[in-house]
Amino acid sequence: MSEKGKKESPEQIEFREYCREWLSKNTPGDPPVRLPQMAIEITTQAEMDYLVPWQKAAWEAGLCGADYPKAYGGGGRTGCQLIANEEMQRVGTPYFPNVIALGMAAPTILHHGSEELKKRFIPKILSCEEIWCQGFSEPDAGSDLASVQTFAERAGDNWVINGQKIWTSLATFSSWMIILCRTDRSVKHKGLTYFIVPIESYIGKGIEVRPLIKITGETGFNEVFLTDLEIPDKYRLDDVGNGWSVAMTTLIHERGAGPMVTPSAGGRRADDAPGNAMDLIDLARQSERNGRPAAEDPVIRDRMIELIIRQKGFRQSIRRVRVKGLVDNPMRIGLQGKLLFTEIAQEVSALALEIEGAASTLFMNDENAPNKGQWPLMYLNSYGMTIAAGTSEVLRNILGERVLGMPKTK
Amino acid sequence: MTQPKDFGFGVEEQLLQTEARKFFKKQLDELTLMELVGGNSDPHRDSECLWDEKMWEQMADLGWTTMAVPEAFGGTGMSGVAVASFIEETGRVALPSPLMATVNSSYVLSACGTDEADSVLKEIAGDKTAGLAITNQKGSWCSMDTDVSAVVTEDKATLNGMAWFVQDARKVDLFLVKAESEAGIGLYAVSADAPGVTILPDSIVDLTRDQARVNFEGVAIGADKIVAAPGKGNLALDAAEPAILTMISADMCGAAEWQLQTTVAYAKTRMQFERPIGFFQAVKHPVVNMMIMIDCARSLVFNAACAIDHEPEQAKAAAHMAKAAASDMAAFCSGRSVQYHGGMGFTWECFVHLFFKRQIHNQVLFGDAAYHRAELAEMLIGPLVAGG
Ligand SMILES: Cc1cc2nc3c(=O)[nH]c(=O)nc-3n(C[C@H](O)[C@H](O)[C@H](O)COP(=O)(O)OP(=O)(O)OC[C@H]3O[C@@H](n4cnc5c(N)ncnc54)[C@H](O)[C@@H]3O)c2cc1C
Repeated sequence: MSEKGKKESPEQIEFREYCREWLSKNTPGDPPVRLPQMAIEITTQAEMDYLVPWQKAAWEAGLCGADYPKAYGGGGRTGCQLIANEEMQRVGTPYFPNVIALGMAAPTILHHGSEELKKRFIPKILSCEEIWCQGFSEPDAGSDLASVQTFAERAGDNWVINGQKIWTSLATFSSWMIILCRTDRSVKHKGLTYFIVPIESYIGKGIEVRPLIKITGETGFNEVFLTDLEIPDKYRLDDVGNGWSVAMTTLIHERGAGPMVTPSAGGRRADDAPGNAMDLIDLARQSERNGRPAAEDPVIRDRMIELIIRQKGFRQSIRRVRVKGLVDNPMRIGLQGKLLFTEIAQEVSALALEIEGAASTLFMNDENAPNKGQWPLMYLNSYGMTIAAGTSEVLRNILGERVLGMPKTK
Repeated sequence: MTQPKDFGFGVEEQLLQTEARKFFKKQLDELTLMELVGGNSDPHRDSECLWDEKMWEQMADLGWTTMAVPEAFGGTGMSGVAVASFIEETGRVALPSPLMATVNSSYVLSACGTDEADSVLKEIAGDKTAGLAITNQKGSWCSMDTDVSAVVTEDKATLNGMAWFVQDARKVDLFLVKAESEAGIGLYAVSADAPGVTILPDSIVDLTRDQARVNFEGVAIGADKIVAAPGKGNLALDAAEPAILTMISADMCGAAEWQLQTTVAYAKTRMQFERPIGFFQAVKHPVVNMMIMIDCARSLVFNAACAIDHEPEQAKAAAHMAKAAASDMAAFCSGRSVQYHGGMGFTWECFVHLFFKRQIHNQVLFGDAAYHRAELAEMLIGPLVAGG
C-alpha cells in the first residue's frame, strides 16, 4: 500500500520524511527480556527499564505527542500523530509503555482539565516520566460503570475518598490514576465526579495496591484500595456531578474512536502483530493431522483462509474509514475496531491451538512447547482483550444503539 | 505497483455515487420494484423477464451502461472503484437490468485485446447490451469446462451446444460464448437473434433477474466475431475474473445494506412485550453482526476494485477475498432480515424476499464462499494434493 495519501498536507509530508529519517537511526535494539503481547500486561521492572527510555526518546524527537499543543509538551502539529504511528509501525518499534496515560488520561485532561493540570500533567505523560492507571472498575461495577460506589466526600477545599477499584492495570508502576467516584448517592449518572489521584506517593497513606494473578498465572492487573485518601479540589476534572461525561471522553479514546489520535508505536507492523492470521499457515505446515501436514487438511485450510479474509477486511475497513464517500457514518467503523481486533485475535489463537493439536497442551516453560507456548498464552490472554475496555457484548450494545439507533438495553 | 490509500475514490467517484443514489431512489423505490417484478406469486408461473427498459435508456443516456468500456472505444471508461460503487447502488435497489452482464462482458472483451473484441466493445458503446455464455451444465466456467463446441475455419466459426446459467439472457443483444475447438478454448460474439440461437428460459428463484440456457445449433459467425482465438479464451476470462467477482460482490454489499437498514427500521418500530423488538439483544446483536459483516465485505470490495485499477498482480487474491466475504455476509444478512421481520417477513407482500432471493442468486454466482476460499488457499498455502 502506498503511503502517499492524496490529501496529505505539506506539514504531514514533511513530518513523515522527518520520522523516517529519525527512525532510521533511533529505533531501539532488541529487548533484553521477552515483552508481553500488550503494554497493559507489563509486569516487571526490567520490561519498564527497556520501554520507558524508548518512549522518552520518541517524545524528545516529537514522535510521541505530535498533535498536543507545545504548551503541554507536545509537538503543536496537526494530523501528524497518525503519521508518526504509521512510520513507527512500519519499522516495527516496540510499543509505548504509558498506554493508559497516552490513550486515556491525556486526552481526558486535555478536554476537561484546568490549564494548570494540563501544564502539570500532560508533558510528563508524553515523556513517560509519570505512568498512569485507570480506576474505573469496581467489584460491583464493571459493564455498568455508572454504578461505581467509591465515594468522594467534600472536606473544605479537599476531597476525602474511600472505596475500592479492581482490575487496575499498571497500578504497581503508576504515579497517578484517573478515577471515577460517586459524590451523590441519590442519583446514578449525575452523582459521579471525575478526579485524578496520586498513587505511588500515597502508598501506605490512603492507597494500597495489591496485585492480582491473571488466568495465565502472570500478574497483570491489581486491586487498589482507597482509605481516607485526601486530595485537593484542583484534582477534579470538570464539574461536580459531571463525571459521567468526562468518563465518556476517556472511553471513546480507549476504544480508539476519540478526536485525539493516541500516540502508539504499535509494537509491530500490522502483518507482524500478535494474532496475525497469516502466521497460522506456517504453523499448519509444521503441524500434523492424520499423518499429513495440517496445511493439507481442507477443513483447516478453509478455516485459516476464512480468518485471513476477515482480518484483511478489518484492516481495509480502517483504510476505508478515512475515505469520504465510502463511509456514511465514521463511528460505524470506528466503534467496531476494538471489538473486531480482539475477537479475530481470539479466533486466530483458538485455531492455532487446534492446529498444534496435542502440542497445544504444553505451556511456556515446557521445552517441547512449539513456539515457546506462545499460542496457549495468547489464547488465554485473548479473553482479557474481549473483556477489558468494554466487553464484546457491551460493544455490540453500543454499536446497535449509537450507530444503528436501536433502543437502549440500559 | 501500489494502491493509493484512498482506494482512488476521489471527487468524481463520489459525484457518480451521489447521482446514482438519487436516481435510483427516485426511479425504483421498493413499491415500484414490487410492482415491476412481484406481480405473479405463483410458484409454477412461466419464466419471466421483467425490467424497466425506459429506465435503462435513461441510464444509457447518462453514460452508465458503458462504464466498463474504455474511452478509446467510445465508452465512459470509469475506474474499477467507480464501477464498483455504482453497482453497489444498483444492488441497493435490487435493480433488474443487463448492467452486470454488460459490464462483465466489457471486462472480458477488454481483456481479449484483439481488434475483433475492440469492435464489439464499440458496439456496447453504441448502446448494445451483452452477456456471458460461458458456463456448463455443472455450473462451471473453469479451464476447459464448456458444453459448446466450435468448428473454426479460415473465415468463420460454427457453434454447437448449450451454454447454461446465462445471466439476464433475455435482456441482452449479444452473447460472448465460451466454446471449445481443436485448438482450445475461444470466445465468440454471437448476436442473440442469430439463426440457430435459441433461448430457453430457466424458472428461477430470484425475481430481479432472468436466466436461461442458450442453445446454439449450427450457429455460423464470421471470423470478425472471434473475439479471442481458440487457445486464448481462458487467458481473457482469467484476466477479467477479478473484475467480475468484485462487481458481483459490490452488488451484494448494496443489497445487504438495504437489508440492514430495513431490518433496523423494523426493529425500532415493531412493538412486542411493550418494547420495540430492537431492545432485545437476541435481535440487536445479530443485527450489529450484519453491519460488521457488510463493512468487512465492502472494504474488501473496494480493496479489490482498487487492485484492479492500480495493483493488478494482487487483484486475483483480493477478488477471491471479496467474493468469499460477500457470499457469507449475504447469506447471514438475508437470513436475519427475514427472521427479524417475523411472520410478516415470511410473506410475499413484504419486500424483504426480493432482496433475499437476489442474494441467494448472487451467493453462488461465479462461485460461493467455500469455493473462493479454496482458490485462495491454493494461492496462499499451495496446492492441495488430490487424493492424498
Ligand atoms: C486484562 C484486563 C485489564 C483491565 N484493566 C482495567 C483497568 O486498568 N482499569 C479499570 O478500571 N478496569 C480494567 N478492567 C476491567 C474491565 O473494564 C471490566 O472487566 C469490564 O468492564 C467488565 O466488567 P466486569 O468484569 O465487572 O464484568 P460484568 O460487567 O460483570 O460482565 C459479566 C458478563 O456479563 C456481560 N454483560 C454485562 N452487562 C451486559 C449487558 N448490558 N448486555 C449484555 N451483556 C452484558 C458481559 O459482557 C460479561 O460477559 C480490566 C479488565 C481486564 C480483563
